[in-house]
Amino acid sequence: MNILDPQGPIGIAEKTILIDSVAIMLAIVVPTIVAIFAFAYWFRASNAKAAHLPDWEYSGRIELVVWSIPTLTVILLGGVAWIGAHELDPAKAIDGPSPPLTIQAVSLDWKWLFIYPDQKIATINTLTVPAGVPLQFQLTSASVMNAFFIPQLGSLIYTMNGMTTRLNLRADKPGTLQGLSGHFSGDGFSDMHFDVHVVPSEEFSKWAQDGSQVEKSLDEHSYEQIAKPSMKNEPAIYRLADPDLFRSIATQKIPSSPGAPSGVIGAALPGVADVR
Amino acid sequence: MSTVAFAETHDDPNTLRASSRSWSGPASKRIVTGYGFWIFILSDMVMFSAFFASYAVLVGQTAGGPSGRDLFDLRSVAMETGFLLASSFTCGLATISADARQTTWFQLAMAVTCVFGLAFLILEGREFAALVTQGAGPTRSAFLSAFFTLVGCHGLHVSAGILWLLTMMAQVFTKGFRPDIQRRILCFALFWHALDIIWIAVFTIVYLLGSAA
Amino acid sequence: MFGKLTWAAIPIDQPIPMIASGVVALAILAILAWVVIKGHLPYLWHEWITSVDHKRIGVMYTLLAMVMLLRGFADAIMMRAQQSVAFHSQGFLPPEHYDQIFSAHGTIMIFFVAMPFVIGLMNLVVPLQLGVRDVAFPTLNSVGFWLTATGALLVNISLVVGEFARTGWLPYPPLSELAYSPGVGVDYYLWSLQIAGVGTLVSGINLVTTVLKVRTRGMTYLRMPMFCWTALATNLLIVAAFPILTATLAMLLLDRYLGFHFFTNDGGGNMMMFMNLIWAWGHPEVYILVLPAFGIFSEVVSTFSGKPLFGYRSMVLATMAICVISFMVWLHHFFTMGAGPDVNAIFGIASMIIAVPTGVKIYNWLFTMYGGRVRFETPLLWSIGFMVTFIIGGLTGVLLAVPPADFVLHNSLFLVAHFHNVIIGGVLFGAFAGYTYWFPKAFGFKLHEGLGQAAFWCWQVGFYVAFMPLYAVGLLGMTRRMQHYDVPEWHPWLIVAGFGAALILCGIVFQILQLVVSIRQRARLADKTGDPWDGRSLEWATSSPPPVFNFAVLPDVSGEDAFWRIKKRAAEGTVSDEKPEYRDIEMPRNSPTGFVCAFFATMMGFALIWHIWWMVAAGAIGAFATFIVFAWRDHDEYVIPADEVARIDRSSNAQRQAILSAQAAR
Repeated sequence: MNILDPQGPIGIAEKTILIDSVAIMLAIVVPTIVAIFAFAYWFRASNAKAAHLPDWEYSGRIELVVWSIPTLTVILLGGVAWIGAHELDPAKAIDGPSPPLTIQAVSLDWKWLFIYPDQKIATINTLTVPAGVPLQFQLTSASVMNAFFIPQLGSLIYTMNGMTTRLNLRADKPGTLQGLSGHFSGDGFSDMHFDVHVVPSEEFSKWAQDGSQVEKSLDEHSYEQIAKPSMKNEPAIYRLADPDLFRSIATQKIPSSPGAPSGVIGAALPGVADVR
Repeated sequence: MSTVAFAETHDDPNTLRASSRSWSGPASKRIVTGYGFWIFILSDMVMFSAFFASYAVLVGQTAGGPSGRDLFDLRSVAMETGFLLASSFTCGLATISADARQTTWFQLAMAVTCVFGLAFLILEGREFAALVTQGAGPTRSAFLSAFFTLVGCHGLHVSAGILWLLTMMAQVFTKGFRPDIQRRILCFALFWHALDIIWIAVFTIVYLLGSAA
Repeated sequence: MFGKLTWAAIPIDQPIPMIASGVVALAILAILAWVVIKGHLPYLWHEWITSVDHKRIGVMYTLLAMVMLLRGFADAIMMRAQQSVAFHSQGFLPPEHYDQIFSAHGTIMIFFVAMPFVIGLMNLVVPLQLGVRDVAFPTLNSVGFWLTATGALLVNISLVVGEFARTGWLPYPPLSELAYSPGVGVDYYLWSLQIAGVGTLVSGINLVTTVLKVRTRGMTYLRMPMFCWTALATNLLIVAAFPILTATLAMLLLDRYLGFHFFTNDGGGNMMMFMNLIWAWGHPEVYILVLPAFGIFSEVVSTFSGKPLFGYRSMVLATMAICVISFMVWLHHFFTMGAGPDVNAIFGIASMIIAVPTGVKIYNWLFTMYGGRVRFETPLLWSIGFMVTFIIGGLTGVLLAVPPADFVLHNSLFLVAHFHNVIIGGVLFGAFAGYTYWFPKAFGFKLHEGLGQAAFWCWQVGFYVAFMPLYAVGLLGMTRRMQHYDVPEWHPWLIVAGFGAALILCGIVFQILQLVVSIRQRARLADKTGDPWDGRSLEWATSSPPPVFNFAVLPDVSGEDAFWRIKKRAAEGTVSDEKPEYRDIEMPRNSPTGFVCAFFATMMGFALIWHIWWMVAAGAIGAFATFIVFAWRDHDEYVIPADEVARIDRSSNAQRQAILSAQAAR
């Protein structure tokens, strides 16, 4: 989960910007902190050696310096922000040796549904992606707001009902990463995490092949069951029977899913499946 | 308050250059009250601008329901506008009568203002009722929610204004033009004119642009 | 008859809220019983509850803030305890309870601790610094306070009757819509804030008018103490920003109560509009809180260095710049919503620009110490602690303003650490500095110095121990508001953070002790001079506590640091011999309007939350009737005769004159 140990180009670039920005700021912050302690200590009331200027309240030269230091820093950082915001725009496609893989993510109460439209499979709370292949995510929410976040790949993005957000990532090395929801969405929020299995391309093809033949299928009807509020869902895999499912959710052709009934404390969440 | 009496002329570097005269001390009650109320009106306008902004965002979100073009009856709205503008004029007359301490004229002008205000509210109420009965109530779509909220919020202000107007008439009736009551009349007048300004914006942005689009 | 309210609304089976509210109820009953038995009730009613004296109202605001700080901190320590133990386990708080706790913590700390604290200090000090007898609208001031107290009361009622919001301190729809939050929690949130928001707006209008129109003779804008400038900026922000909050919450209320479609998923509602509107208020709100703190630090650093504030005009410019720019940065709260890169970059840069005037302020405080004689008393310690801590918070803040950095840090505990860094390190330290600094002015005796320093060190160290680990755990990818987690790397950091919270608890215990001990030793700690810190602005020119009319004769100001000049002239022996000319003073009469309004507002708020419509109507009629009765009053002022003024002034002056001459001789 360590964002300082990124596993893809976006994460690496964001880490670089993070560290560079901190370094730029530390260059003025550290001397300032030292100066605060030094001034306070040297000009302590008991120090008779210190200069005493009881009426000194203005110096044009110091004012100039004092306004320039933060201004120059901000100009520098502003450049970093401008370039970074454009380079790392989540909607911007990433280059890669192979054509991108499209994954559609839907946040539900309280689990993630991932749809692979080209592979005709869908998963719950687990993501399997090929290493080195650009990943194009399209994201929406079936009910409340959430945020899709795989810390080691970079860039968090919101999911909202009736809207599609876009995110481009790439995982470089095989391995298992963690993903989670980055926006509080209700009582089951803490369990909205998922494993991200980064596998070599060949293995991914095999996994997709196997997945498209599983028994459970996902269509509007079974989606309705899945969309009901539930917590701690185990990972699952489905055959995608309705290739337009994501569009139906994102354009509200399928109305947004119901919330959990809840009353006062203690009477919370009656009828919500706790899938442990 | 005489500014000159206290004016300081030492060469003090801290005096604002724009007003070389010094500050002469706390302002009079009338100025303080009017000023404070004016700031309240500004804050009220900020609130209205939030409702205007939400209306602008949601104006296209009709959720398959009717749009402003299908719904607005400009003739009725023009009459509402006429009543409100006329009431502002009579409210101005009331202020002048209060300054001249003419109780009868004041009460008469306020009564007319009240009638115009009520006429405005009745027309607005009829408009709202008609919309609701044809299934275009505020729950129909985001556009209608924003419309009813913006226009209704103005209507609520006018209703509150009328309650205030009646208490001002009663206060003048029982207590006459005391300085504190004069100050309240000043605030009431500011409030009533501000509602006019907001209505002009409602009329233009909601009704005129809405019917044209 | 009682709407949605039934016996089931009281969480009998939940030990934590039941015990907590039981203890609080007992404490309140005990205090009430003590007040009644000792016969203090008339005193309390006449001198405090109905008081329209800005000093009394300021003290009540501050007291409200400190009481609510205890409540908010109880929530905080429960959250830190939960996250310390909830590794691979559910901890001791189930999600539906934990979610209420973090929502209540944020709401209470911002609206009912930070806000009343700074508003209280401004109320207490601004008229004194301006050299006048009262604020512009004394009765309205009392109404404002009591409405704020109403909001706080409703939030606390939710502990026992029903539930509080489970949506976070800003109730983002659609989670906060009726479809996803059918309980009364969000309604408690909305109505408390609507009522308290009106109170805040009223107070803002009052203080803006006071600073702009009610200043003593010669107090031009550029002679006002820095705290008055920051108070002006803050209250301008209140006047411009709080109506947006009112409108936004009203829209959410209409959605929830009448089925409107502002932010709903269906009917064409737009949840992104909520985020834009709420942060159009929310970001200025941050500066509403921190600007008065900046003012306090300016006063404290200058006083305890024995020097005028360095670069006064620069500071004024910086303050007003922050005031304006703060309205242009709100989008940085949701860089991750999918706006285009141009929009993100522009708002990111605008956010960084605020760091310029803020940085200038830090340097100006630094150079205020240069060439001074710095006295390390508690208010100055809080200021130094602030300067260092706030720089770190500023650094992480500017970092979060860089969109690509925010993409990985958004909503993480790094963000949580950042805003606690600036709000505790900025606002709260400022409030504590101001509390220690002006306490002798309000009560006539100083707070115990040793215990104050102990509290400072516990808070300072506790803050770092509690929040630096949160930066780390944020970099490890932990998002905020997690009730439990399974990631082993996070666990040790969260345990350390829990210890930090315990250290802060020690700080709070020392502060309570300090207050108790100081009251008991008030004779020893008494300040007879009215000027215990060798102050520079006019609040120190009158006795401590000041007479009800503040100044027997309004001072005539001829420059910055007005009181310092008076003292200097006294020391040089150039005071003119003319006797002060005492005149009759008109002061506003006390009025129960505020308290009665708050009573009906509480009734109405509670009834609206539980859909008890007859009670809503009764509350509305009651409130309206109160206004009418208030409007019909015939005498709103009383006169203190010139002889009386002269007597009071001479008796307090004799003492202080002696001390002034002693200083002159020094």
